[in-house]
Amino acid sequence: MSLSETKKRELLRQMYTIRAFEEKAEQLYAMGKVHGTMHLSIGMEASAVGSIAALRPDDLILSTHRGHGHCIAKGADLRLMMAEFMGKEAGYCRGRGGSMHIADVKGGNLGANGVVGGGIPIAVGVGLSLKMQKRDQIILCFFGDGAANLGPFHEALNMAAIWKLPVVFVCENNQYAMSLSVKKAFPIERISDRAAAYGMPGVTVDGNDVMAVYEAVSQAVKRARAGEGPTLIENVTYRWRGHSKSDANRYRTREEIEAWKQKCPIKRFRARLIEEGILTEEEADRIAQEAYAAVDAAVAFAEASPEPALETIEEGVYA
Amino acid sequence: MRELSYAEAIREALQQEMQRDERVFIIGEDVGVYGGAFGVTLGLVEEFGEERVIDTPISELGIAGAITGAALMGMRPVGEIMFMDFTTLAMEQLVNQAAKIRFMFGGKAKVPFVLRTPAGSGTGAAAQHSQSLENWFVHVPGLKVVMPSTPYDAKGLLIASIRDDNPVIFIEHKLLYKVKGPVPEEPYTIPLGTTEVKREGRDLTIIATSIMVQRSLEAAQQLAEEGIEVEVIDPRTLKPLDKEPLIRSVMKTGRVLIVHEACKTGGYGGELAAVIAESEAFDYLDVPIIRLAGRDMPIPYNRTLEYHTVPQVENIVQAARDLARGRM
Ligand SMILES: Cc1ncc(C[n+]2csc(CCOP(=O)(O)OP(=O)(O)O)c2C)c(N)n1
Ligand SMILES: [Mg+2]
Repeated sequence: MSLSETKKRELLRQMYTIRAFEEKAEQLYAMGKVHGTMHLSIGMEASAVGSIAALRPDDLILSTHRGHGHCIAKGADLRLMMAEFMGKEAGYCRGRGGSMHIADVKGGNLGANGVVGGGIPIAVGVGLSLKMQKRDQIILCFFGDGAANLGPFHEALNMAAIWKLPVVFVCENNQYAMSLSVKKAFPIERISDRAAAYGMPGVTVDGNDVMAVYEAVSQAVKRARAGEGPTLIENVTYRWRGHSKSDANRYRTREEIEAWKQKCPIKRFRARLIEEGILTEEEADRIAQEAYAAVDAAVAFAEASPEPALETIEEGVYA
Repeated sequence: MRELSYAEAIREALQQEMQRDERVFIIGEDVGVYGGAFGVTLGLVEEFGEERVIDTPISELGIAGAITGAALMGMRPVGEIMFMDFTTLAMEQLVNQAAKIRFMFGGKAKVPFVLRTPAGSGTGAAAQHSQSLENWFVHVPGLKVVMPSTPYDAKGLLIASIRDDNPVIFIEHKLLYKVKGPVPEEPYTIPLGTTEVKREGRDLTIIATSIMVQRSLEAAQQLAEEGIEVEVIDPRTLKPLDKEPLIRSVMKTGRVLIVHEACKTGGYGGELAAVIAESEAFDYLDVPIIRLAGRDMPIPYNRTLEYHTVPQVENIVQAARDLARGRM
């Protein structure tokens, strides 16, 4: 399952795009151009990109409140994402959903989720129907470490396992659920150990190593597609920013954050590609610049897009 | 009198009750060093320690069960659900267990807890972080439902709720947290089931809950300049409901506007309208009872759409004016 050089360059481009999108999101928020809140995955890009790289384009994902990266890696149109983020009619959800609910149903992204763990049971239904419809796609369901302590996680993993559904569960363990450290939230070392209780393989990966994530998820995808059932993967990573826009970081130290910044997944992959002779410094810089430029273009598109019309306010509640 | 914000008033009630009664403790997500998503419990873990200000994993049903079990054992837990939307995950323990234990056990046990949770829109948090689900709880016998609209009421009602021997769902509003008002320093209680007339008037009665009380008072102020005298009434506790002041007011004004943020269909306004229609005030009505409530739709993310999804001051002014000038 080795990746072509082109594909590797593409993964680096995706990681830069996620970083650029979220840095811009942060700026727009600070400028008062968006309201509400947002959850940034800066520092976690390898988890989104490496996981989705293991999928076929027609495979499906379920995402989380921290879902910009998943959405971009799944191939979303940055302009429609940014328009959604800014609450515009042209956005993926017509401005009704916002950052926390971006969905690109056509593109196989069945949605971010405002409810922690809210997508995990949905993965069961998606997997079940893929099986009933005899389709060979799979569903990859992202969720955080915090979500693994909700009841629905346990119900869903068991159901997916007993029915051997084509699901890959990807737990993005970024060390905290808001302020609660995984050290306080789990009496076990590895969240993936829980897989044993449901009779499925559990794998813990360095979630800041995009190739390691890709390898682990590829195995799980292969298994799911072969009808052998689900896998639980744990990508160990870290969120650099606060939980949301209202976080004073009182529960962790500056040193800890700095130490993780040294393990930047983008820098690491870039260095590796240069070392392998796949890229030159200049080419890598160009990929980064193009990513930032694409995000700027998305912002220009979103800013020029109209607001939803007030007369349409009650549209769309029912099919 | 000294002024506190609504959030500070709630914090002071928690602090004073924890100082007074060792059985009182706080349990919820990020209620410790983080201070809760809206900073309400800031500083309490420093004063009372991690044994009495307990951070839980993200386990809403677990929190509901933990306060139920602890209350059964004679403790006085105050649980927190970070957003009212997530009380949906806690429903089994709240509705089937906590609410019914007293009755099912023939009065041989009690479940004295408070579950605090913030409701409401206006923060751009979209459909899954903005709901007003109070009526889900109002419908369940055995639960009490409290919805304070001012810092003063928040403190007095919370202390009364903690001292109450029943499970109390205490519903706060995100946009009220920063609103300031006079709050006495010493502990005091406001008995559950006491409706308050927040402003007197002879032309029209507005019955409002939570943040809509504040908006109705603002509307009443504007209408006074037009010569329309509005009476604003706040039930404060939806269950038990103190009906008498509502009925008396309607007998005086003959016109009633009910305002709440929750979706209109199946909302508390229907209950209030029925209470009036079933009472002797019915004969005094000059015009039909009018409800102004949230649209029957999820809260949208877009700022403008969000604003127009729930009643605002100008909508209340308009509705009240129409009602005051309506047919006799
Ligand atoms: C059921 C539920 N409870 C609480 C919240 C509030 N909340 C939003 S994100 C979050 C932390 C989630 O932690 P984790 O699953 O580890 O994801 P992360 O934010 O770290 O990416 C919490 C408590 C929520 N959205 N849903
Ligand atoms: Mg986490």
